[in-house]
Amino acid sequence: MTADPVADSVAESAAGFVIGRRSPAAAYSDRFAAASAGGAIRLAEIPFLTHLNVRADPASPAAERIGTALGVPLPVEPGVVTEGGGLSVLWLGPDEWLVVGPDGAARELRERIRGAAAGEHVSVVDVSAQRTTLVVAGERARDVLAHGCALDLHPREFGPGRCAQTLLARTGVVLVAKEDGFWVLVRSSFAAYAAEWLLDAVVEYTAVECRG
Amino acid sequence: MSTQPYRREGVTGRVLRFRFDGRDLEGLAGDTLASALLAGGVRAVATSVRLGRPRGVYAAGCEEPNAVVQIEEPFPEPMLTATTVELYDGLVATGLAGRGRLADRPDPARYDAVHAHCDVLVVGAGPAGIAAARVAARAGARVILADERPEPGGSLLGTTETVDGGPGRAWAAAEVDALAALPETRVLRRTTVIGHYDDNYIVAVERRTNHLGAAAPPGVARERVWRIRAKRVVLATGGHERFVAFAGNDLPGVMLAGAARTYVNQYGVLPGRRAVVFTTNDTAYAAALDLADAGIEIAAVADVRREPGRMWAARCAERGIEVLTGHVVTAAKGEGEVTGAEIAPRTGGRAREVAADLLLVSGGWTPVVHLFSQAGGTLRYDEGLGAFTPGETRQAAEAAGFAAGVTTLRACLADGAEAGRRALAALGFGAPGVTVPVVEEEPAAAPAEHLWLVESGDYGTHFVDLQRDVTVAEVLRATGAGLTSVEHVKRYTTAGTAHDQGKTSGQLTGGVVAHALGVDVAALGTTTFRAPYTPVSFAALAGRDRGPLHDPVRTTPMHEWHVARGALFENVGQWKRPWYYPGLGEDPGEDMEDAVLRECAAVREGAGAMDASTLGKIDVVGPDAGVFLDRLYTNMMSTLKVGSIRYGVMCRPDGMVFDDGTAIRLADDHYLVTTTTGNAAAVLDWMEEWLQTEWPDLRVRCTSVTEQWATVALAGPRSREVLAALAPGLAVGKDDFPFMTWRDAEVAGIDARVCRISFSGELAYEINVSSWHGLALWEAVMASGEVTPYGTETMHVLRAEKGYPIVGQDTDGTVTPQDLGMEWIVSKKKADFVGRRSYARADTSRPDRRHLVGLLPEDPGVLLPEGAHLVSVSAAASVPSSVASAALPAVPPVLPVPALGFVTSSYRSAALGRTFALALVSGGRGRVGERLYAPVGDDLVPVTVTSHVLYDPEGARRDG
Repeated sequence: MTADPVADSVAESAAGFVIGRRSPAAAYSDRFAAASAGGAIRLAEIPFLTHLNVRADPASPAAERIGTALGVPLPVEPGVVTEGGGLSVLWLGPDEWLVVGPDGAARELRERIRGAAAGEHVSVVDVSAQRTTLVVAGERARDVLAHGCALDLHPREFGPGRCAQTLLARTGVVLVAKEDGFWVLVRSSFAAYAAEWLLDAVVEYTAVECRG
Repeated sequence: MSTQPYRREGVTGRVLRFRFDGRDLEGLAGDTLASALLAGGVRAVATSVRLGRPRGVYAAGCEEPNAVVQIEEPFPEPMLTATTVELYDGLVATGLAGRGRLADRPDPARYDAVHAHCDVLVVGAGPAGIAAARVAARAGARVILADERPEPGGSLLGTTETVDGGPGRAWAAAEVDALAALPETRVLRRTTVIGHYDDNYIVAVERRTNHLGAAAPPGVARERVWRIRAKRVVLATGGHERFVAFAGNDLPGVMLAGAARTYVNQYGVLPGRRAVVFTTNDTAYAAALDLADAGIEIAAVADVRREPGRMWAARCAERGIEVLTGHVVTAAKGEGEVTGAEIAPRTGGRAREVAADLLLVSGGWTPVVHLFSQAGGTLRYDEGLGAFTPGETRQAAEAAGFAAGVTTLRACLADGAEAGRRALAALGFGAPGVTVPVVEEEPAAAPAEHLWLVESGDYGTHFVDLQRDVTVAEVLRATGAGLTSVEHVKRYTTAGTAHDQGKTSGQLTGGVVAHALGVDVAALGTTTFRAPYTPVSFAALAGRDRGPLHDPVRTTPMHEWHVARGALFENVGQWKRPWYYPGLGEDPGEDMEDAVLRECAAVREGAGAMDASTLGKIDVVGPDAGVFLDRLYTNMMSTLKVGSIRYGVMCRPDGMVFDDGTAIRLADDHYLVTTTTGNAAAVLDWMEEWLQTEWPDLRVRCTSVTEQWATVALAGPRSREVLAALAPGLAVGKDDFPFMTWRDAEVAGIDARVCRISFSGELAYEINVSSWHGLALWEAVMASGEVTPYGTETMHVLRAEKGYPIVGQDTDGTVTPQDLGMEWIVSKKKADFVGRRSYARADTSRPDRRHLVGLLPEDPGVLLPEGAHLVSVSAAASVPSSVASAALPAVPPVLPVPALGFVTSSYRSAALGRTFALALVSGGRGRVGERLYAPVGDDLVPVTVTSHVLYDPEGARRDG
């Protein structure tokens, strides 16, 4: 019912069907690599990460128990990311978080969170395939994103550990500042648009250096 | 340099070749098109828009009212001012008569936009702006300094003033270079701030490669729109000189005094050989002296005042320049260009003509308050300047330097530094110790005398707005017609409405109006300043939002398959949905009609599959989920058993259908509801709105999972055997897996949720897998070899044959479930739900409401256009006899013809072997069997009203 927990993207089922997973921006891997060749910018997709949408009362004991179970507290400050043990927990709203984990972890994480909720009203929804994760990194990453994102991405305002639900060009994204660049979590149906937009946005930073 | 006869002696540089109005000319690097034309001795640059009079270069910046040109090469661009076009090799341009021409081919250049944020934005890199920016930047604030010209310095560029003991121009360059080197400071050259909006949202346009002509590197945006959020704004926007209305003041050779000074000092160009100066204030004397130093003979200075500045008069005397105090220029003389000026005592008396090829005018200077005013700032009249200066503003912004009415260089530098300090204080930065630059002592200015027009018996060539060809005569006609507001005079005469938006003419027009009405200029006020400050190309505003990036296209995981199979697509919101697949049958050249008939037949007779991934999907979780859905849907959802599915309709409080879909009960506290493709976001918003504002007590959370799932709709009498082969572990028997239930199963080796629901009336399933596996599932279904892919058109036909409405196609926000023949879905048991109370209104039970009915054209081959209106027999008789057929009774027309309703869906049906339609018809269910007419073009098409369910009304086919 959810994503296949097997990491291989192609495997053979018991019944003999070839089951292939395909990530939303898979078609762009070569163009991302070509655009990253210059070094000023790095574009890539991190496919198949686990995304769980968690909604709970932040003041409830359940919220605290979930943080303990995950080993990462659910952040209560707006736009903050907590990280640890391979997990990132993104603040999406006063009672909404996105737990991001490695490929194939959805089922186990969901059970862990549900167990911690222990019957309290908590919603845990697997949205791993709802969005894909694009990486925009390199020294000009901030400049590239500034072409389409109205937020102030200066390190003083949006340094590592910050996240926001915002617009990149004309698509909604969850933007996460990491130590080595940005993650752009984009809806799967908008992934092609976002990829095309990014590939077009980096043209000036990968071809000719022009100081404004 | 014979090709540049008016180039100042000793000035050299890289030679650039260009062509203007068919003439090959040369200029120097650093020239504008205007300065190069002046150097080449070109006096008439453009033609006036209405009167066809020759016009020359009048100013030296964006305020230019005359020299409007069309760039022809390297790429056509209309309506640019020659004073702001930087010269480059290969430039080809022509002078315009007020109207340009857009390119007839797509612009190959790249344009883009960028967002920026700063603590302090300084607009203008003149003395005040640089002073403000250096104070703010040295404190560590994030500073943006934007200036419209290629070189910083503002007023210093055109003068010989010194700062810190050196040329002002060099001081500005060094200061701005130092600022640009600071890590938190950004210097934007060639960047015009065009709009200042609320909350210090600033829009600017940077011209990045325009000045390179054909040498512009590809891939680099030619122009860039900057969208800036600034915590504080310092508007150091300087001023524009204005002229005086006198006879022939538009002749080529008449020029603003300050502009002439700039051409001499900044560009090394002599705008003439022998000049007459006409002024109302001291500033023109500095221009006259600089021109004299450059070798231009100053034939006379006519000063309207009795007492010019003493020091200026003395300096003129030293050089033997005649100063005529209390005099005015009554007319510029010459045919096609200035050959002399007629000077007369202001109080009347004998006029004399002085030969000259250049007539400099200064009617005073107007602070550039455009941005301050745009942003909501008030203006107040400054008697000393004869112009409006900034007053109060609600923004975190202030004007500095001449824009604030400060007149001397020393005071502007000090005022800019103070503005920088105030910005820092407001932001909580400590003020750095920054010394104010040293400048020479400037002599005290004698007061200006504000002369707007030189009185005359004929005001026909006393121009106030050169670009719009508006004269004092027309202003007087306006005031004579009773107009007393500058806004009304502006609209009546069009003064101030040209590309320059009245930069040189606005205050002058106001002065003339005040003069004509005998009122105070201060009391008269000004017209409103609006963005953009200077014209902006549509290409820049469009930026990269062109072509495929104009609007996002949403695609499903199976999209590439559809493309590869030649599907045509239907736009549903931003989604691309496969519409139909021409050529997948035996006839590779089949058209839409044949393809859809083939796809429909395949589903009715065998098995078909459609990509249904775009349907909206929302997880509704919580102990009160059932109660919540009971309140939003018209029917009961809380009684749904786990494992089952129910169709539901959502209405607005007015009882009108808003959306429809299914609810799947996954657990006691967990539903998954589906929405129409176009309404997915709206339904989620609707749910959140009720939860957050009306029912915060309900323990329910909603999460969009639209793109988590890819969905394949598998439909047709043979779909069960296809599914059985794909999902050997799933019991697919009629009783094992009944209609409106769901099962988790492995389908084609993929974890799937299979729902037995049907939107075609046939036995059908919807197979949902994670969207990562959508393509794999689709390919597995197709690999069965027995399934025909079908698109949305076939889906529409199949559902219409069954009378299933499409929300938004067969409904329009005025249709109740009862109107759709679905009273069964409106619960009589529930205490309340959204829309319920509206069904007690008399209007929702009117018998003549429009009902959804079927229509059968009497000619089974005639396809009604969707949207066609429907009229009754008696009304039909009112049509002209030429189109009336034998079927129409000869009843006298009753006008107006009442429209009974309209066609909402119309198709050819493979199953029915004929055309049919759905329609909303007044009292439609009572008209079954009645003949109506659809006026189509010049014909009246007779149709018969039927039930909206035309195929398998007893529902025999849903179990296969």
